[in-house]
Amino acid sequence: MSGMGFSVRRLGGLVYKESLQVLRDPSAILVTFALPTVLMLVFAFALSLDQRNVPIGVVLESDGADAHELAAAFSGTRFFEVTPARDRREVAELVVSGKLKGFVVIPQDFDERLKEASRGSLVQVITDGSQPNTASFVGTYASGVVATWVAHRDGARAPAISLEPRFWFNPELNSRHFLIPGAIAIIMTLIGTLLTAMVVAREWERGTMEAVMSTPATVLEILLGKLVPYFGLGLIATFGCAMLATHAFGVPMRGSYFALFILSSAFLVPSLGQGLLISASSHSQLVASQLAAQTGFLPAFMLSGFLFEIGNMPGWLQTLTYLIPARYFVASLQTVFLTGDVWAQFIPNILAMLAVGAGFFLLVARNTHKSMDT
Amino acid sequence: MPAAVEIRDVVKKFGDVEALKGVSADIHAGRLTGLVGPDGAGKTTLIRLMAALLKPTEGRIDLLGKDVVTFATQVHFNTGYMPQRFGLYEELSVLENLQLYARLRGLNPSTLDATFAELLQFTRLERFMQRRAGKLSGGMKQKLGLACALLGKPAVLLLDEPSVGVDPISRRELWAMVQALKNDGMAVVWSTAYLDEADRCDTVLMLDDGRIEFDGPPGDLTKRVVGRTQRLVGIAQDRRGVLAEALDLDIVRDGVIEGDAIRVVLNEGAEAEPVREVAARHGGRLEPAVSRFEDAFIDLLGGGPGGRSAIAEKMGVVDLGTDIAVSCSHLTKRYGDFTATDDVTFEVAKGEIFGLLGPNGAGKSTTFKMLCGLQKPTSGEARVVGLDLRRGQSKAKLKIGYMSQKFALYDLLSVKQNLEFFSGVYGLTGALRRERIDEMIDTFELERFLKESPQTLPLGFKQRLALACALMHRPLVLFLDEPTSGVDPITRREFWTHINGLVRKGVTAMVTTHFMEEAEYCDRVALMYQAKVIALGSPDALKAQVTSAERPSPTMEDAFVGLVEAADGAVRNAA
Amino acid sequence: MRLAAQIIKEMLVNIFDEQTRLSFIGPPLLQLCLLSYAATMEVRNVDIAVFNEDAGRASHELVERIGAASFVGDVVAVDRAETISRLVDHRDVLVGIHIAADFSRDVAAGRPASVQVLIDGRRGNSGQIALSYLQNIAKDYGAELSGSGSGGMPQTEIRNWFNENLIYLWFVIPGMAGILVMFTTLVVTALSIAKEREQGTFDQLLVSPSSPMEIVIAKSMPAFVIAIGQAALMITVGALVFDIPLAGSIPLLFLAVVLFGFSLVGIGLMLSAICETQQQAILSVFAVGYPMIMISGFATPVENMPDWLQTIAEGSPLKHFLVIIQGSFTKAMPPLEIFANAWPMVVIGIITLSLAMVIVKRKLQ
Repeated sequence: MSGMGFSVRRLGGLVYKESLQVLRDPSAILVTFALPTVLMLVFAFALSLDQRNVPIGVVLESDGADAHELAAAFSGTRFFEVTPARDRREVAELVVSGKLKGFVVIPQDFDERLKEASRGSLVQVITDGSQPNTASFVGTYASGVVATWVAHRDGARAPAISLEPRFWFNPELNSRHFLIPGAIAIIMTLIGTLLTAMVVAREWERGTMEAVMSTPATVLEILLGKLVPYFGLGLIATFGCAMLATHAFGVPMRGSYFALFILSSAFLVPSLGQGLLISASSHSQLVASQLAAQTGFLPAFMLSGFLFEIGNMPGWLQTLTYLIPARYFVASLQTVFLTGDVWAQFIPNILAMLAVGAGFFLLVARNTHKSMDT
Repeated sequence: MPAAVEIRDVVKKFGDVEALKGVSADIHAGRLTGLVGPDGAGKTTLIRLMAALLKPTEGRIDLLGKDVVTFATQVHFNTGYMPQRFGLYEELSVLENLQLYARLRGLNPSTLDATFAELLQFTRLERFMQRRAGKLSGGMKQKLGLACALLGKPAVLLLDEPSVGVDPISRRELWAMVQALKNDGMAVVWSTAYLDEADRCDTVLMLDDGRIEFDGPPGDLTKRVVGRTQRLVGIAQDRRGVLAEALDLDIVRDGVIEGDAIRVVLNEGAEAEPVREVAARHGGRLEPAVSRFEDAFIDLLGGGPGGRSAIAEKMGVVDLGTDIAVSCSHLTKRYGDFTATDDVTFEVAKGEIFGLLGPNGAGKSTTFKMLCGLQKPTSGEARVVGLDLRRGQSKAKLKIGYMSQKFALYDLLSVKQNLEFFSGVYGLTGALRRERIDEMIDTFELERFLKESPQTLPLGFKQRLALACALMHRPLVLFLDEPTSGVDPITRREFWTHINGLVRKGVTAMVTTHFMEEAEYCDRVALMYQAKVIALGSPDALKAQVTSAERPSPTMEDAFVGLVEAADGAVRNAA
Repeated sequence: MRLAAQIIKEMLVNIFDEQTRLSFIGPPLLQLCLLSYAATMEVRNVDIAVFNEDAGRASHELVERIGAASFVGDVVAVDRAETISRLVDHRDVLVGIHIAADFSRDVAAGRPASVQVLIDGRRGNSGQIALSYLQNIAKDYGAELSGSGSGGMPQTEIRNWFNENLIYLWFVIPGMAGILVMFTTLVVTALSIAKEREQGTFDQLLVSPSSPMEIVIAKSMPAFVIAIGQAALMITVGALVFDIPLAGSIPLLFLAVVLFGFSLVGIGLMLSAICETQQQAILSVFAVGYPMIMISGFATPVENMPDWLQTIAEGSPLKHFLVIIQGSFTKAMPPLEIFANAWPMVVIGIITLSLAMVIVKRKLQ
């Protein structure tokens, strides 16, 4: 009998059906277009690691001209927004209440200390350690301001060793430039995993899966019928986000769209696979969406290196991140946008994503039968 | 000729539960096989096994001589299957659904224009070709589901409860279509809870508790009760009391209200004399009635429940304080351009059972919801016991009880906790609350289920619990929204025994239903069509309206279909 | 009395069911422990490539000192400049250091010697911090070499209050606790009405004498209890297991937890009243919850955001709660400051609960 094996016509029918459903179902449109746009905007504007105008206090206990000059140096930098004070008690309270992130004390005997190094450090910096990141920023930059000021005063005698830093790919160190490409990976997780898991669960809930299974369509056709449209949708969403990133947020695109296409395609394999796996283990949209959030979105957000550098994590956690496909995608996306086509980096990442994806699909194949027996 | 489907010693277990306990049967081509039985008897499981969606635990099924497990794909080519929810994609149009299922069966849609046209004409869906399936009425969805199952000309057609929640008109149309298919040589399996449908099947497989209780033409079963079915007529005044009395007689196996009359089935070999006496005592008489499949079905399952409602007997006679229990005047509801209920006016007297009937989408649920305060009328007003439910709020709401087809129970609460919750919500406290809860547990025999979740209860007990929850606060007016939809005849009879008992104590009941037998229990029914009430009167009065020379004794279904068609004709003539 | 029956039902459904109850304890605790370790901005394990063209002692000493620094992971010695760029390109190293051939000569001659440092701008944040560490090393070594100035005495003495060693977990755990409590509470409340609607029990409630007010109050109770219980559990774990000093006022922190729960219940019930199905409810929790995390100050400081976004952040209870909980762990934020962040949560709660009530009433019509 004809059509016993794989049939392109049946697959075509399923793909066409799924595409119509996506176009006509408001919740799919919401997840594919509205949610990514909102998230892109939030990621772009809310997430910024560029510290500037950090509020600190400068306590001027000394009346000497040098002390005033140093205080003025603090006010002059764009890194700080200075609240001047005469008594450290005035600003100490503001640090406790969180209004200031720290303060600098220029002591009474500043002039003496300046002359005689043995009298101890020139200034004291107090930071609000309850926000460690800001605290270390305040500490580092306050020291920098003092060092520069001292060097300048000592008649511009250059330091014995100076570092000439150059930030590659992102010379102005705009954090948006590396956060936005990473954000695309997070958004793609939503489409690949959450949407796929939910649409399969929906077919079970509405009883359409039962009807399709009673036709000659094979398991492979049914699975591919789900994958192909959402694969396409994922690619469209990626390019939409890429457009938004380059045109609205000024992120450079130094690599090729071809590389972006290959990378996104590779990422969609594990992402869709995870979605299918979730829906194979739960036929309820509710459970599926929660599983997708817990095992897809959250790990992608926290463990992909998008916001929190993987190298900074404890070793056991770093090992765990190898299982998170977003990890490979985030790194590749940052490269394709900011550096260019570095295939030597892409290829291992692509292989890793495909390997994780293959793992998911193996599990899917094991858990999916053309039968309602569970 | 070999059977189209051969079922041999099939056992199907789900975990520890044995859904089918050794079933053997043959399904023949060119015949319509009715699959009947109470809920949970295993009908759906058997159909899914034949569709190769489940694997039998033991035994085998051959479809066209091929084992369904080994040759599942072949089976899928040879069968058309319509699941309970029709399996349609709501976002796709009628035509797109057809095209999809055509491709899934390996057909090329572009060469199928003639087939589609034929199917659409057959199902009378031509006008709705471009409409999305989600926007179709229940009846149209059902027909489209059938059309999809028919693509590729399957040899075996499997229909799983195609008529649940569908109005009598659509049901008739579907029935006619399936008859035509069968005549073309198709083997059709039709599972149903409507026993009047089983009556019209060529052959019937009756399942009960995973076993086949009867296999043969329905007439063979009906034969068993021939001569034992009688009608008590002329007792319209107190037919509910008469029914209770009759059912209490040892010789009466089953009894139901049929408009102004009562229909009873006597025990085998029993003399009808005691029943005649009951009829005479109430000024009526006994006449023989034509036996039906349902009579035999109940007989085979050991007879219907008794006539006494323990809960009604515990209740005192209630007094509304007014003669009008429910009333509405010029009730209208519009959603944008669409009018769901259009200028509806009627009054329901106390102690009356009042039914709201109508095809899907006729506006009966909207009207019902406005009556019990769940929706706000666009204009006009609805009153219950003289109070506006929307304004009087709590005070008025204490007077009503509500039960819907979904048996709105909390599955995460135990049976006892459900009772406690509903008594609490209706403001019962202290000793009275405990007393009422104990009373319900006692009369509905819920004792052994107290700690269980309603989810795990047998359907009959679930219905009892839902009724108990709605009755604890002694409502004066009951609102019953398709209360027995999808429920087997025995459970339905038990339910109506309670309602009849309560009504005799002065309680009023408002009912919506698709079951014509249920409509027969009503004192009066309002038939709605296209947002208007097109007929209002007792069931017998409605039947009288469609009585004609060629149809001397119409059924309730005939009345329904006839009146709706007449209304359609009137509209056409006016236009 | 009717209200009591409603509340008991909600409690039974949500809390006394063992499986449900465990799901409010196990997974969030696991996430708290697992993800808190991930959320760190502390720079560690930095890999560095060094191309040292200089054979002198000074350059070797410098490289050695860099290699010994605690933030550095591996130091890869390479023999040409292109290798450095390749390693940076491939993200194998974060930093590349190029020391020119005349480095030691310059140092010996007392001339200023310079070192090229290439940093991967794709990882700008870590790169910047790593650079500042490197600069300190260079400065100290330079000062030693020239034998000048402070004689090892630093110009600035830095003291970190409340968290002397800047332990990142002390910051992350309270924040993470806030986020997890927010999600549980939102999901529980957002589903509450939608679930009853899907199961058909909502109509049953509406025809009963219960008023919309009673229904909303009863629905808010379990989530409220869950929010408080979960927050208390996480605060206890933070204080006892992770040893974070709890310096602030416990009664005030408890008050903040109560108000946080109140505002979350309001938002959740509002979503629940709007959504028709459970699926919509879940999606709306995502759509509202994730942006709330972003603008809460957990991932990056609120002060870095544009002004208009900071204004929006004022409407997020999570932002206010994080200020209070982070101000109560490690330091004792003054009551006035706590109240300043507490009243917005009350306002958010009142507005959203009223909206929920209005919508439930509307649905009745």
